[in-house]
Amino acid sequence: MSLWKVAWRSIQQRVLASGLTAFSMGLGVALVVTVLVIHGVVSQTFKRGATGYDLIIGGKGGSKLDLVLNTVFHLGDPLHNIPYQYFEDLQQGNLSNEVKLSVPLAERSMGLLQRADLVSKAVELAIPVCLGHDYQGCPAVATTPDFFEKLTYYYKGKDVHYQFREGKNFQDEKGSEYDAVLGATAARKTGLKLGDTFRPVAKSQSEYGKHEDPEFKIVGILEPTGTANDRAIFMNIEGFWRCPAHAKAAAGDAAEGSEHEEHADHEDHAGHDHTGHHHALHREVSAILVCYDKSMPQLYTALPEVVNKYTAAQAVEPSREIFRFLNGIVGNVQLLLLILAVLVVVVAGIGIMVSMYNSMSDRRHDIAIMRALGARRSTVMLIILFESILLALGGGALGVALGHGLIAVLGPTIAEQTGVVVNPWDFQPVELMLIPGLVILASLVGYLPAMYAYKTDVAKSLMAGT
Amino acid sequence: MANHDILILKNLKKSYRQPDGSELRILDIPAYRVSQGEQVVLIGESGCGKTTLLHVIAGISRPTEGKVRIDDFDLTLMTEPEVDRFRAERIGYVFQTFNLLTGFTALENVLLAMRFARGRPDKTRAKKLLDRVGLSHRLTHRPTMLSVGEQQRVAVARALANRPKLLLADEPTANVDAGNQQAILDLIRQTSQEENVALMLVTHSHEVADQFPRVDRLTEFNLAISG
Repeated sequence: MSLWKVAWRSIQQRVLASGLTAFSMGLGVALVVTVLVIHGVVSQTFKRGATGYDLIIGGKGGSKLDLVLNTVFHLGDPLHNIPYQYFEDLQQGNLSNEVKLSVPLAERSMGLLQRADLVSKAVELAIPVCLGHDYQGCPAVATTPDFFEKLTYYYKGKDVHYQFREGKNFQDEKGSEYDAVLGATAARKTGLKLGDTFRPVAKSQSEYGKHEDPEFKIVGILEPTGTANDRAIFMNIEGFWRCPAHAKAAAGDAAEGSEHEEHADHEDHAGHDHTGHHHALHREVSAILVCYDKSMPQLYTALPEVVNKYTAAQAVEPSREIFRFLNGIVGNVQLLLLILAVLVVVVAGIGIMVSMYNSMSDRRHDIAIMRALGARRSTVMLIILFESILLALGGGALGVALGHGLIAVLGPTIAEQTGVVVNPWDFQPVELMLIPGLVILASLVGYLPAMYAYKTDVAKSLMAGT
Repeated sequence: MANHDILILKNLKKSYRQPDGSELRILDIPAYRVSQGEQVVLIGESGCGKTTLLHVIAGISRPTEGKVRIDDFDLTLMTEPEVDRFRAERIGYVFQTFNLLTGFTALENVLLAMRFARGRPDKTRAKKLLDRVGLSHRLTHRPTMLSVGEQQRVAVARALANRPKLLLADEPTANVDAGNQQAILDLIRQTSQEENVALMLVTHSHEVADQFPRVDRLTEFNLAISG
């Protein structure tokens, strides 16, 4: 018969007190597990969501983090739009056009303009996105077919392409302008199926979504990606721009656009397609997703620098911004929550100590019998310590189950609200640290009652029990 | 071949310091011997120090002075852990109040005594002992589910678990109903004889004492053993 079994029998003898003590420990551990798992999943989701492209270029007027959260995670309201011309200039390696619009002639040098065109050569792929609309709570994102054909996302350790569970991608061709693709969660949440139609609603403009707006038709449904894109609806950007309400809003910006055109004309920059430019005047984008040309790493830092310093837009590296975000705000919140949860565990540990210590006077006689049978002081001390460890580990096991159970209950709501898919069985490696942590805590809190057992006067205790 | 002495007490003294600083002498035994396999009854009035003497012999209490030799080992020269080990291996103890561990079954109570002595309990011997005391059908019963007489039988089996050289029994029939007293007494004597264990039984009952070939008296007056 092992000493563990002796300790276990002692726990069984006081089943109610032991159960309550273990349960309080379980609640503390459940909190720790919940914080760890949710933070782990959220971190992974954020990191995963911030991959697939290297740079986001969007309007100024908000923080870089706002731009990332808005573009990558579809959270919050979009920042100021940038002209479609910006996208074309960037794509065609003519970033100097945008520099001319922002930097006064007196402060502009040939070197700067040449540098702007040079750094835009680092752009291998640029994809425009328009944000600020939704449908039944799902963000509606207007983009080009390239989004699904050329971008990848990080899944299970590697970059993978978007897969369609049903249907196909919308096409960059006539007749396909009002096609749309559903993310996996969005499909479930809206109930839309292939062939169904919907009207996106602008978050800030009530005229959107009225009957005169064209309807978009679902042509594809994506496989789950574990990113925020799961809860989004993607529309062909061509159709989006053709919405009458949008055209109306764009027309309102015509004056600003004319200034843009006139300004550019004044500079008389070479190679500017006036027809195309005019067409682009009524088009705006919320952000441009940029993939670098892998053969030009020397330009990776120069491009965002030129964009930020010399153009009307701002550039942000999403992975870096998310890293800062997670290590800053989220990291501190997590640390605070973790400290609170650990404090709960420590308080539960003290509960074990109090419960065991209070029971010691009742158990003094049993301890004396064991000693009379030949158990050493160190043996009875070990039995008490083992009991403390069993209570802590039992409570810990209960806590892990409770924690993951809580996540299983909250998971669907979290996924609906944030797009972060939390798998309740997603065990974090750091959870393994709970085992040595609880053993150490149990040993510490078990020390006092164990010493009580150690010091038990056998003769006196036997006499008292006679 | 004559049996050698299992227990030798020499100039054994035990006293307690009282709150007023004075010493209260409990035991003063110049010399005392018990041979291997011998059955001795120790009789004396309540409070004369019988239980204290057993505690000192078992190493549960340390003597104030003198020697306690058991099976040629001097307990007074041993460290406490050595005494604990020695007690577990060579001394059996039957208490007046049985002192079974209530959280454990009859079988586990016996196994636990083995665990503390050798680390590896011998389940076969434990079952055999319980069978010997008539409890083979009560192995998995906890003390609260056993009658008083049955509890004391478990205590006897437990005391013999580690094949001790000396069995100490402290008024083992005092809390047993009249019908079971003789049966328990017979059981202790018979099993001790079968296992060739020296028995030292404490009682204040002359009826019990009269059944033993050797009766020693612990008198309060002179704290001396008299045959």
